Amino acid sequence: MIWGVLQFPGSCDERDALHACEVVGGEARLVWHEERDLSGIDGVVVPGGFSYGDYLRAGAIARFSPAMEAVAELAAAGGPVLGICNGFQVLCEAGLLPGALLRNEDLRFVCKQADLLDDAGATLSIPLKHGEGRYYAPEEMLDRLEANGQVAYRYADGHNANGSVRDIAGVRNERGNVVGLMPHPEHAVDPLTGSTDGRKVFQALEGFAS
Amino acid sequence: MAKARVLIRPKEGILDPQGKAVERALPALGFEGIGHVRVGRMVELEADDPEQLGELCEKLLANPLIEDYEIQPL
Repeated sequence: MIWGVLQFPGSCDERDALHACEVVGGEARLVWHEERDLSGIDGVVVPGGFSYGDYLRAGAIARFSPAMEAVAELAAAGGPVLGICNGFQVLCEAGLLPGALLRNEDLRFVCKQADLLDDAGATLSIPLKHGEGRYYAPEEMLDRLEANGQVAYRYADGHNANGSVRDIAGVRNERGNVVGLMPHPEHAVDPLTGSTDGRKVFQALEGFAS
Repeated sequence: MAKARVLIRPKEGILDPQGKAVERALPALGFEGIGHVRVGRMVELEADDPEQLGELCEKLLANPLIEDYEIQPL
C-alpha cells in the first residue's frame, strides 16, 4: 500500500506519519499542499501541525488547498483517509467528517499519554498534544453517529482531557473509509517511545485501499 | 466598495471557555453583576459585491455548526 502524507505550510508531524506508514509495511511519500495529482497513491494521511498557521479556525484555510480537493476525490472513491489532530480538524472543516473541534474545555494545551478505546473495546495507549481538541456535534448528530457505528475512538474513563462530548476522540464517515482522531497514533509505532498501539489505527484503514 | 463588519460568536448552548475565563476574572477586579460573557470574533472587510458575504460567512468566516454570524453594513 502506498500512502501519501500531506504537507501544508505549518504541518509538523508529517515525518512521523511517513515513518508510521512504513512501520506498518507500506510505502509513503510527502504530498505538498499545492499538488493536485494523487495518482499512484492508495491512501492519504492528513497529519498534525498548524496548517497555514491555523488562522481564523484550525483547519479552516487548509481545506481549500489543491491537495485537499484531490483528497476529497479519493475519499469519494472510497480510498482510505486518516486525519490526525490538525488533520482531523481539516477533515471536519472540509465536511469529509461530521462535527467540529473546539478549544479545550480548560483552555490549556494538553500533552500526555492517553488511553483510547476502539470499536472492538481494545485499549490503545496513544499520546495527545493539542489546544483545540474538544469534539463537538449537536445531540441529534451524535445519536446518529453512534447508531451508525461512526464513533471510531473514545477516551477511556478519566482520559478525556479536552471536554469532548461523549468522550469522543475520533470519528469516521458513513462509509468508514475516512477516519479522524485528535490523539497521535503516528507517535506510537515504535517500542522506543513506549507504545506501538498507534499501528492499529493505520492498519484499520488498510482494507479500504484498492 | 462597501464596508461591512461580520460578527461571529459561539452558538448558544456551546460551552465558551474564553467567555467563562473572562467572567471568572471580573470579581477580582471589582466588577460585580456581570454574567453570560461570550467571546467571539469580528471581521471587517470591503466588498465590491456585498451580496456574496452570506456565502463567504458560510464557507469560510464562520463554521455554521458551532458559530452564528451577523453581517453589519457600515
